This record gives sequence, structure tokens and C-alpha cells, in this order.
Amino acid sequence: MLRENAFLERKLEGETLTVEILGEIDHHSARPIREEIDRLLYLYRPKEMVLSLARVSFMDSSGLGLLMGRITLAEALSCRVKITNADLRVKRLLNLAGLKRINNLVIEDSGKGENIS
Amino acid sequence: MRKKALNKMQVKLPAISANESVCRAIVASFTAQLNPNIEEIADIKCAVSEAVTNAVVHAYRCQGGDLYINVTLYEGREIRIEIRDCGCGIPDVALARQPLYTTDTDGERSGMGFSVMETFCDRVTVSSRVGRGTRVTMTKKLV
Repeated sequence: MLRENAFLERKLEGETLTVEILGEIDHHSARPIREEIDRLLYLYRPKEMVLSLARVSFMDSSGLGLLMGRITLAEALSCRVKITNADLRVKRLLNLAGLKRINNLVIEDSGKGENIS
Repeated sequence: MRKKALNKMQVKLPAISANESVCRAIVASFTAQLNPNIEEIADIKCAVSEAVTNAVVHAYRCQGGDLYINVTLYEGREIRIEIRDCGCGIPDVALARQPLYTTDTDGERSGMGFSVMETFCDRVTVSSRVGRGTRVTMTKKLV
């Protein structure tokens, strides 16, 4: 068994589910992350999901696909999504895919670096 | 006039998802000889990851196959990265390169792979033959 390159930490407070992703988000790690987040969304039915990317050391377009897929599922479950602590590189990717134009999504400025425009 | 190559690397490894991180780490290590800055290293890792993921997911449809990576470092701080597979090939390269275009139907793939490569490299060329394979060549000039 080869090692995993990403892990999740989660916390449920009231109707807010916070998921922190640690490590590298690529096509390889996206599947276990996706399965766990979806399981939590169905299990807890939160009103809001906060995805913290503070400890993501690498992300490519598979990470974008992962985020887009979770935002779509959350919307179907009437859950808002907030992406926090994305670094400049991740923000650049989010910007490239036009993710900031999605209705149920808020990308919170962490104070690190500039706003995406 | 052709630029003088300072160093070359050839790697062959199986196109499996666990090697996506291995490939970007190998290429980043090799290109470190040209002293790229942190931003450039991150650009290279991301671009390599996209091309390798395409080979794993699309060319070989997650069934594995041979993946060839050639990296050449040139005088003038230029890097050429070639990622080649012998997979299914791309019928319409221009369409595949469109932002947000994906053959994926379950909404889990962003369709941004080629766009990311183009954003993080100076030039991306794609040659592909259906049933024969695909070659993605990316060049980047370091500051």
C-alpha cells in the first residue's frame, strides 16, 4: 500500500461543518477526500461547510474539480460553502476556473496576500 | 540557432495516480539546477502534474501504461519538459485545450488541465494521434 498524500481534519459546530485539508490535492488524493467530505455532508446535513486550505501544500486542477464537485453537492443539499485560507497560488487557480462567481460560495480573504479580482 | 543543452533527464514510469506526485517532484528536483525561484518551482510542479494526470486519467483511462518524461535544461535558463504516453490519443486537440472542456460526465473534473499548463508555462504544444498516444511539450524560461 502506497502512502496517502492528503488527510482531513473535521469539526462540527452547530450547523457548521469545518473541514481542513492537509497535504497535496491532486487526482490521486482527490478521491478519498471527496468520499469523506460527501459522507460528512450527507451525515450531518450542515447549513454551512467551511473548507480550510491553510495547510494545503500543493493543488492542481484536480483540486479545482474536487472543490467544484463539493460546491455542487452542497448546493443540492442547501448548504453554503466557504473556502478559507487559500494561498495566492490556490486563489489564482480558483480565479482561472471562475469559481468566485458561484452563488452558494464565499471565498474568504485570509489577509494573506491580495484579493482575487 | 539551437540553444545548447546543459543537462538532460529521461524517466520512464507507470502512469498510475500515485506517480503524479512523484513525477512533479522528480522534475522539480532536476530543474533546481537552474536555480528557479519558489514561484517558478510551483509553476513547474503544477504544469507537470496536469500533463501526467491527463496521461493517467485520459490516455490510459486509469488502467496504467508507460509514461515517458524528458526534461532538458538549456543555456539562457530555459527548460523544456516533454511528457509522452502511448495511450488512446486525443481526437480533437484544439477542443481538448478549451478551458472547462472535459470528457468527464460526473462533474468531478474541472476541465482546466491544459489551461493551467498554458498559464504556468511560456509555451505548450500538443501532438496526438488516436490510438498511438500524446506528446505534451512545455517550455518555460526562468527569470
